[in-house]
Amino acid sequence: MALAPLIAYAHVRKSFANGHDAERVTAVDDVSLDIAAGEFLAIVGASGSGKSTLLRLANRLLAPDSGRVMVEGEDVRDVDPVRLRRCMGYVFQSGGLFPHMRVADNIAVTPRLLGWPAAEIAARVDELLELVRLDRSLHRDRLPHELSGGQQQRVGVARALAARPRIMLMDEPFGALDPLTRDTLGDEYRALHRRLALTTVMVTHDMTAALLLADRIAVMRAGRVVAQGQPAELSNNNEPYVAELLRTPRRQAERLNALLAGASAG
Amino acid sequence: MSFLSDPRWRDAAAHLPDYLGSHVQVSLAALALGLVISLPLAILARNHAVSRGILLGLASVVQTVPGLALLALFYPLLLAIASLTLRWFGFDFSAFGFLPAMLALALYSMLPVLRNTITGLNGVDPALLEAAQGVGMTPRQSLFTVELPLALPVIMAGIRTSAVWVIGTATLSTPIGQTSLGNYIFAGLQTQNWVLVLFGCVASALLALAVDQFLTLIERGLRERKRLHTMLGSVGIAVLVTATLIPSMARAPSTYVVGAKTFAEQYVLSALIEQRLQAAGLQASTREGLGSSVIFLALAANNIDVYVDYSGTLWLNQFHRTDMPPRERLLAELKEILAKQDVTLLGALGFENAYALVMPRQRADALGIHSITDLAAHAPTLSIAGDYEFFSRPEWTALQKAYGLSFRRQRQMQPDFMYAAVASGDVDVIAGYTSEGRIKEYDLETLADPKHAIPPYDAVLLLAPRRAHDAALQEALKPLLERIDIATMREANLRASGSNANSSPAAVARWLWQRIGRQ
Repeated sequence: MALAPLIAYAHVRKSFANGHDAERVTAVDDVSLDIAAGEFLAIVGASGSGKSTLLRLANRLLAPDSGRVMVEGEDVRDVDPVRLRRCMGYVFQSGGLFPHMRVADNIAVTPRLLGWPAAEIAARVDELLELVRLDRSLHRDRLPHELSGGQQQRVGVARALAARPRIMLMDEPFGALDPLTRDTLGDEYRALHRRLALTTVMVTHDMTAALLLADRIAVMRAGRVVAQGQPAELSNNNEPYVAELLRTPRRQAERLNALLAGASAG
Repeated sequence: MSFLSDPRWRDAAAHLPDYLGSHVQVSLAALALGLVISLPLAILARNHAVSRGILLGLASVVQTVPGLALLALFYPLLLAIASLTLRWFGFDFSAFGFLPAMLALALYSMLPVLRNTITGLNGVDPALLEAAQGVGMTPRQSLFTVELPLALPVIMAGIRTSAVWVIGTATLSTPIGQTSLGNYIFAGLQTQNWVLVLFGCVASALLALAVDQFLTLIERGLRERKRLHTMLGSVGIAVLVTATLIPSMARAPSTYVVGAKTFAEQYVLSALIEQRLQAAGLQASTREGLGSSVIFLALAANNIDVYVDYSGTLWLNQFHRTDMPPRERLLAELKEILAKQDVTLLGALGFENAYALVMPRQRADALGIHSITDLAAHAPTLSIAGDYEFFSRPEWTALQKAYGLSFRRQRQMQPDFMYAAVASGDVDVIAGYTSEGRIKEYDLETLADPKHAIPPYDAVLLLAPRRAHDAALQEALKPLLERIDIATMREANLRASGSNANSSPAAVARWLWQRIGRQ
């Protein structure tokens, strides 16, 4: 029995006013895309391809001009957007932490909005700090600017997970980090995704990260999804843009292999 | 005598608890009201370019109105509103002193708060606004838990600017009847008591500086998220406010308030009345430096109880009469008109303080000028100076009409500087006051007014409606009636214009009482 998709975009279109021009810029152009429960989907594209807009349509930070966005079988237009957002985790580019709140308060934001009891919130904060591997005594009462970029993003993930959402939306979550941290955090998140049975939609311009982390990849260009599928399916795709995107990771892998093999041979 | 051992410092310091307390009270109330109005307006207008523009534009316009004028405008405005509420709802309120001062200052305080609140809120990183929305905050929750806390340092900077402005401008609320540190400055300027002027300036500057420092501390604490700074600053403000307010609140309100306009003679006479009332066992205090358009309205509204005005001033300025009956008839008719407003004209003090055109005797002799008729022929080559209101008063219009006066140049001057200016030849003619002591001192001549263009100006005692049947008050004041002649008043005014310890209004009033009490 095929499961109904947890998130479904159907012929979604979204355009923006372009400054002074009367002409509007189309950011998302007739996109249809299904995301199954438990799936880890990466949306890959260059900046301006519409991938972040597509993500914002899922929790109604933006509303579509036409088409439908369904989450858990309900049209998002029929759901109170505030309630919708509180039951979906959102990880922002470079953390998006509130600079005037301590780490614990940042993590506790959504549970507080939902009116959880204080004791339960405190316990949940400790649990989450452990989950994202931050030292409780060292980091709980720090302000965001006292943390490294990687630690800030760990707090960002903890905050998104705080109210036990089923769905996680991530906007270039690891883009601003150094490669080693990005790698570690990516792997750790991948493990969390599986352990907590999350459904994750991650937007990135980094095809390598997408290939390594995601179950499935959707490639966007100029507002359209030009290809989608598992990594192996993508490599058989005829779309020249997809080939172009895959060229870099491939060449890197080949060169690294050659270099590392050469090193061991020598 | 060294500068600091001058007894006038002690006199000045004795008034400090009252003046400082009232100053802090009105500044604080104005700032609080300004904040209560500006903050919500700024929040509502922040995302709306048109209303933002209108709001900031209006606040800027208010800012360009000179502080003194803004304060002065609020008095008649409130008076009109009070008479309307009395007619419609059966109650009125005091349009004098605290209320107009607070409202005008609150209006004055708005621009920096509006501007900084809007700037601060619009300066919050859009990524954080999206994050607030993304974690599920309503716009309201985002405003209170994210936007306002992040904009707070900038808002505090605006509040700090406002506070300093308000404290400085509050010194100008003296003429509309609000006691403030400006009482020192106005009294000092009018009586040439530079010790008082300096005291008032230094006191208000120190107050502004202290508040500025404490608010800077709070602002830094908020900006750098250092609770200690924020706390120290808040404690400092709280201590400052409490320390200044408590003594002025503990003070018993005096039963009789004696008003005085903004010149030395008025300070002396109000001190004299205060002393006579106290000698009769009545509680009394003075409210000095009231604008001449404010003081009569304040009396009629029972905000002050007694003051000295001049018959011609009331005749022309208050009742807009153009006919010019002889002295006795004018006085009798004035008494009737005043009685219709329930104001009691108790009687005349015995001297006149009229406007007169004045020039140095030698110069007048040389040009052969002894009356305004003589002056008219020379006027086109001469310059004239008058006080701030003279050239807009009906007397000036009457003089111009009667004699065809037209001067080469006319200037406005602080009344106290006019006499020295005409004696030294800086101006050729001044519109002076006949009871001025320096007319004799500088050997000046008051020019005759053969066409009676200037009305008589008998100094008269006026009582507020609620004192119409107050026998104790009237008994205490009766010994002053018809006892002060022009020579005595001139000498008293001359003494008051000195700058030594015996020239304070209180000291001159005591001298004056000895002179007339002995007669």
